[in-house]
Amino acid sequence: MAELLTKFPRRRAVLLASLLAVGMTATACSAPGEDRSSTQKSDAAVKTELGADPITLEMYAETGFPLAKALADEFSKQHSNVKFNVREDQFTVIVENAPRVMASDNSPDIIRLPTMVDLVKDDLLKNLDPYFTAYGWDKFPASQLMQLRVGENTRGTGSLYGMGLGYSVTGVFYNKKLATQIGMTQPPATVAEFEELLAKAKTGGVQPIMQFNKNTAGINFPHQALQNQFGDPTLVADWIFQKPGATFDTPAALKATQTIQKWAQAGYFTKDANALDYAGMVGEFQKGNGLFMFNGDWESANLDKSMPGNVGFFLFPTESAGGKHVAMSAPNTFGVSAKAKNPDAAAYFLNWVHTNAKAREISVTVGGSSPGGPSDLPVPSAAPNTVLAETLKASQQLGAENGAVDFTANATGGIFAAAITPEMQKLIAGQQTPEGYVKAVQAEYQKELSR
Amino acid sequence: MTSALGSAPTGHDDRRARPTPARAHRFRWARAAGTGWLYVLPALVMYAVFVLRPLVLTLQYSLYDWNGIGVARWVGLDNYLTVFTDSDLLKIIGNAIVLIVFFSFIPVALGLLVASMVRRITTGAFGTVVRTILFLPQVIPLVAAGIAWSWLLSSNGLVNQALRAVGLGGVARAWLGDFDTALPAVGVIGAWVLLGLCTILLVTGMSKIDPALYEAARLDGAGPFREFLAVTLPSLRQEIGVCLTVTIIAALASFDIVYISTSGGPGLQTTVPGLEIYRLAFSQRQVGLASALAVVLMLLVLACVLPIQRLSRGEKQ
Repeated sequence: MAELLTKFPRRRAVLLASLLAVGMTATACSAPGEDRSSTQKSDAAVKTELGADPITLEMYAETGFPLAKALADEFSKQHSNVKFNVREDQFTVIVENAPRVMASDNSPDIIRLPTMVDLVKDDLLKNLDPYFTAYGWDKFPASQLMQLRVGENTRGTGSLYGMGLGYSVTGVFYNKKLATQIGMTQPPATVAEFEELLAKAKTGGVQPIMQFNKNTAGINFPHQALQNQFGDPTLVADWIFQKPGATFDTPAALKATQTIQKWAQAGYFTKDANALDYAGMVGEFQKGNGLFMFNGDWESANLDKSMPGNVGFFLFPTESAGGKHVAMSAPNTFGVSAKAKNPDAAAYFLNWVHTNAKAREISVTVGGSSPGGPSDLPVPSAAPNTVLAETLKASQQLGAENGAVDFTANATGGIFAAAITPEMQKLIAGQQTPEGYVKAVQAEYQKELSR
Repeated sequence: MTSALGSAPTGHDDRRARPTPARAHRFRWARAAGTGWLYVLPALVMYAVFVLRPLVLTLQYSLYDWNGIGVARWVGLDNYLTVFTDSDLLKIIGNAIVLIVFFSFIPVALGLLVASMVRRITTGAFGTVVRTILFLPQVIPLVAAGIAWSWLLSSNGLVNQALRAVGLGGVARAWLGDFDTALPAVGVIGAWVLLGLCTILLVTGMSKIDPALYEAARLDGAGPFREFLAVTLPSLRQEIGVCLTVTIIAALASFDIVYISTSGGPGLQTTVPGLEIYRLAFSQRQVGLASALAVVLMLLVLACVLPIQRLSRGEKQ
């Protein structure tokens, strides 16, 4: 009997081992992944006609961002032979899925994109240069499409790989009733004035800043807003675009981090900021539980609905009065998959979004952001006395001052999750020094670039 | 050397001999086994495709530097070296070990206590109600439990309201966002989820204990505590083994509760290997390192669970 007991496990072990061996030989012969070295020609002939054949465009868009679907519906209305099949996911899910979805045989034609450098490296994105020439996108302000260009391992120059469904601007929303209460009569003109308002709010028993810092670091918004003012913004842009030699370890970044630490110690952020997520932040701000909220114009339409007449917006002030504004502003990037079945129709759609009057109006009313496109086309106006009108104006002002920079969170694929978020959570809880913060972010950046 | 199956090869004579009873027996056995394999085949194919193949692939990926799409680069054991030397990854593994206290030891200890108390009322309608209530947390999806608890533990949540009501407002805080309390708070959620499972398993185990043993113990003058130590605890050896096994795996492989309630923050205070594997593979696109961490996690689970299995079975044999 003892034999039986010992024998069976041994048999099982032999069986398992042989199954494993079979599995090994079946799968482990070659290294995983495939070589997708570039096969795209940037001077390939492209069609700028839509034709009359029925087309179904596969679109992979972002949940909670109704603009894409609204534009798709309007496009189908104007072009009855084109239907859209829209799949939606949360942005973080798209970030995680994009490479695999685009490498699959069911790759979407039009896709909301996270950072693009890796996707270009893996040859998953269509080079849009031929369409740029064919459609005459050179009539757009060059700065508009700069963030969508990818060159040899850097961003900001090189070939065009995406277009914006709206171009967002960020800044500070404020609660008008609370602002009056603490004696704020007009938006601050300098960082120092802004800090005075924070102090006034605090002593007046008003929560100065409502900012989330759970899941992802929402306090990176005010951090970069400060960093943009404290030094040359092109250094920030160089770092985001992965220019050789660029570093996060700059006096401007350090001063911004020190300021954030000071604000945290002074109680300008909520005590539970590290447990507050984005939806919670917007909810609290709408309830009137905070004076300022650092956010983008994608919330404008929503805020006009939930707190009509009681919400204002300003671009983050400059360090000294009268300076040029600098703010995070980024296209809501959409690209065309390298494996797209209808790339010409997809590009036609992207061009239409920027140039069709009705599409531009939808970009403003539904998306809340500037529609971009050629500078000679008028920007549709928003209803007066809305925060939407204010963000739209801010967007034009920023464009005129040429002060748009991308988000530091977009510098590399993993920088936000792996460094900025945990280190920012530590910083505001007093578990990290400003010097340590700047060094930790740069260390992760270098680690990722060295791979 | 003899075999219970009577089919041991016993040398060359065997080969020349005509079919002996032993041989016929072996033939029948083989045929029966063949039919058996046929029955098992569908399950085996599924097992091979969905369990063995991913297992082998994970082992393979762990030896490469791979972003999930492009060409992988062979790096040997470098990823394992990173797992064992990167201070962040070590802290993350440490977090999982701390969670064992909350996910395993507390539910089992409390479960024993609760089970001893409700043992006598396990029959009848009241018993059913008690069992249902105790088991309820186990039925609720972990994501829902995570959301509910993050509301309870938020700065204006029920827990803090209760504290303020009894004059302990000074203690109130955002439990899941505080560096000191986040990990224990996540642990409490896990303990709440797993307490029911442990209690039900232990109550069931207790109902199988021969009442004569208790009677004998009482005749010998044992009090309730002595009775518990001498009769209940040894009889529940296997159930406790199962409880520990299930809960330790839940602790080391935790993901849902942590992802929902804290997303691993603040800092890395509540990041656990399951969450980090997911982040490394899908957000940072380091499939190789993620796979290596997964393999290490699997070995860690085995290292914790196998001794428990042996201990809980040991005496029966």
